[in-house]
Amino acid sequence: MTDAALVHVQKERRSRWMLLTPALVVLFIAASGPLLIVMLYSFLTAGPYGGVEWSFSIDGWFSVLLQRDFFSEELTFADAHLSIFWRSVKLSLLTAVITFLIGFPTAYFIATRPKRQRDIWMLLIIIPFWTNLLIRTFAIMELIRAEGTVNLVLLWLGIIDTPIQMLFTEFAVLFGMAYVYLPLMVLPIYASLERLDFRLVEAGYDLYATRWQVLKRIIFPLAKPGVIAGSILVFVPSLGAYVTPRVLGGGKQLMLGNLIELQFGQGRNWPLGAALSLTLLAIVMIALFVYVRAAGTEENGHG
Amino acid sequence: MIEVIGVTKVFPGPDMDFTALGGVSLTVQDNEFFTLLGPSGCGKTTLLRVIAGFEYPTSGSVLLDGKDLLAQPPYRRPVNTVFQSYALFPHMSVAENIAFGLEMLNKPKAEIRKTVADMLDLVRMTPMADRKTSEISGGQQQRVALARALAPRPKVLLLDEPLSALDYKLRKDMQLELKRLQAETGITFIFVTHDQEEALTMSDRIAVMNAGTVRQIGSPREIYDQPSERFVADFIGETNFITADLVGVEGDGSGLVRVRLAGGVETHVQAPSSDLASAMSNGPVTLAIRPEHAILVDEPQGLLKGALENVVYFGTDTHFHVALDDGGLFVLRQQNQPGQRSDMSVGDRVGLSLGRGVGQILRD
Amino acid sequence: MARTFDIRRQTGFPAIAMACFILLYLPIILLVAYSFNAGSSVAVWEGFSWRWYASAWENDQVRAATVRSLILALSATVLATACAVPAALAMARPGRFKGQGLIFGLINQPLMVPEIVTAVALLIVFAAVKVATGYTGMGYLILAHSAFCIPFAYMPIKARLAGMDRALEQAGQDLYGTPFRVFLRITLPQLWPGILAGAMLAFVISLDDVVITEFVKSAGQDTLPTYMLGQLRRVVTPEVNAIATVLLGISVVMVVAFFFLSKSRK
Repeated sequence: MTDAALVHVQKERRSRWMLLTPALVVLFIAASGPLLIVMLYSFLTAGPYGGVEWSFSIDGWFSVLLQRDFFSEELTFADAHLSIFWRSVKLSLLTAVITFLIGFPTAYFIATRPKRQRDIWMLLIIIPFWTNLLIRTFAIMELIRAEGTVNLVLLWLGIIDTPIQMLFTEFAVLFGMAYVYLPLMVLPIYASLERLDFRLVEAGYDLYATRWQVLKRIIFPLAKPGVIAGSILVFVPSLGAYVTPRVLGGGKQLMLGNLIELQFGQGRNWPLGAALSLTLLAIVMIALFVYVRAAGTEENGHG
Repeated sequence: MIEVIGVTKVFPGPDMDFTALGGVSLTVQDNEFFTLLGPSGCGKTTLLRVIAGFEYPTSGSVLLDGKDLLAQPPYRRPVNTVFQSYALFPHMSVAENIAFGLEMLNKPKAEIRKTVADMLDLVRMTPMADRKTSEISGGQQQRVALARALAPRPKVLLLDEPLSALDYKLRKDMQLELKRLQAETGITFIFVTHDQEEALTMSDRIAVMNAGTVRQIGSPREIYDQPSERFVADFIGETNFITADLVGVEGDGSGLVRVRLAGGVETHVQAPSSDLASAMSNGPVTLAIRPEHAILVDEPQGLLKGALENVVYFGTDTHFHVALDDGGLFVLRQQNQPGQRSDMSVGDRVGLSLGRGVGQILRD
Repeated sequence: MARTFDIRRQTGFPAIAMACFILLYLPIILLVAYSFNAGSSVAVWEGFSWRWYASAWENDQVRAATVRSLILALSATVLATACAVPAALAMARPGRFKGQGLIFGLINQPLMVPEIVTAVALLIVFAAVKVATGYTGMGYLILAHSAFCIPFAYMPIKARLAGMDRALEQAGQDLYGTPFRVFLRITLPQLWPGILAGAMLAFVISLDDVVITEFVKSAGQDTLPTYMLGQLRRVVTPEVNAIATVLLGISVVMVVAFFFLSKSRK
């Protein structure tokens, strides 16, 4: 290479790294660095009153799924943990399904509005998305509590004569999560439906398809990348949800996020908490990886 | 004077490296309108960007008046560019765009004001001085881009296909305008285009490029009349290629050589260059003959003979497609005269006549 | 006359969509409505009143939390934007470089890693630092918020840069502008809407954060959201609704402004 080219390349490299430095420093101190410490903590011994002792142990990881009987030293599956894992995965999947069932028709409705109207409809989806998650959860809480609006209306209509206990049930958590994550499903589906070429739909009707067949055979396959993206966008934060199950589950319907918190609160088993965090992170990463793979093959498949 | 010496530019790629410039050398004189002409991807724009300072060559050097240009960052090179997309600053007015370079050079306010006024006048944009660049037409944007690049009075002005975004009529006007500006300012222009007509009408000299190398440098007339090789002959204008046998070299320094054509007839044609003529040895060669240089005659008088295959009317002229007896196709062009009527029809036997010195042997 | 056949229509979809919009807004509207309730119930309407806004305003804890939330959001916004602008400039330059994928991952880490995991990680690290240094101020919260605001500030800036004609900067340099002057005179004016949009997103995100704040804050460092979270354990009065309505108002204004800002560039 010529001297000028070498000098230029070096200068470029130096200025690039200088520009990146502030962001990398902040992110390292308050995001990726601490994550590495969590990894380290998961292999340490739990301190008697929280914290850790600096000796190697895999007890933290061990306790994620198993427990040692206090007296007989017998190993069994940790049922409490398993049921929380199961509830987290189940509720997250259900949340994805419910948001899809409501979100897809909504996204389709918006995508078929005249161009000028679409932005306004989308704004209506985006506003809740960017408003405080705690406030939206709180709004649901007021809606479904024993003396909340839903019960009042049902009582007034005479459908029930005593208030239904909805708050602090699995239903409450599911309802709340579906409510708060609904915009995350609509946004990507809308993005793929907006680009949909409706001449393809015309072609479908021209070839004798019914409305349902057009939806199933033409519209849905073309919107699939958006549906996959939406499902991941809903599934991932649902799995790690903390505020919604805490407020609407009332400490009874724990999910993974709450279980993790407990290890740093009352349970005070920091290595277990660290191991649980990493387990959650691993599940999320797998979901994201599956998504990237699916999105990748989807693109290649349609060339 | 700009000297480009052995400039190579390799872009590393994921699978294969791409050689955009493979050892380009050329010299551009002061005050010259110099054109880099070639198909897209031939490296002409890369060469321009190397001179401007937006790319650094893998090897080679570029000198401006004997001084190394590559050691300078783009903002210290006395070279200005008219970008293909114009790259007018959208948040500035026409006048602010033109003043930008002068401000960066920290010229006094009064001088800037005067130069901007002069430049607006030069490109006939004075009434538009305070308009936003998005509020003026493509042709006007083009003129602002020119004024902006000329305002700091660079030693060299680089123009990267500046006319390609304009429609046909506007392009014709701007060609003359550019020529006028170059004459008035006396600045060296290096002009990049893939349009051969543009190159032929505007340039003092043309460098024809292909696949990262310079194929021929010369005046428009030299490039057109004496293409050195098949690529140049083919790229510039239309050309018929026929094979012949070289049978003798004239020792009179005329640069003419004798060849025997397919039918056995001999004729005089141009050697690739006059100093090469004496060094050529007998044997098969390829001839390039422009469609308008051959004359359609009755079969017995033709040097080449064949059958008329197609007659295509083009308004100003008519193209005759002749299937030669040795199998090749020859396209011949004749200008139409008022009242003239062609009595030839498809299938007729015809001859082609070539004047002395018509036809060019290609280097290969 | 025969009805025309609308190819875009799908039976029931408009009804579901309407239900969706009602579902999205009804709870929020009710929440806002009860903040104006004259009575102390969030279920029985007893007439319009500003009393809960007044009572929130007179509540010292709420005042302190409001000031803290604003200081925190502003500091985090400034820091995150100051980090995101140069980072976006570096990442948007043409040409790949070693470590590009890793840095992309680092910048987007706060978007991918569940909040609770980050919160726990910060708790572990900052607890140790608090013990070691004795410092228990706002610094931890500001740092934590800045980090998770960076990707939000970064995205609109990067998008804006990607849509910018690189030839403009080259033209600036070609016309004798040094890189710094070109940045000030050419790049920055072009980038401005993106920076503003990014800063607004960062502000909203920081203002709304509960989980990370809850884990990182020292004693007596409640922000409005964590104060609200604490209140939810008790009998809720419309005072919480009033606080929520104010927070909601700020977010909505920001988001609507952001929306039109990002539309205006086209």
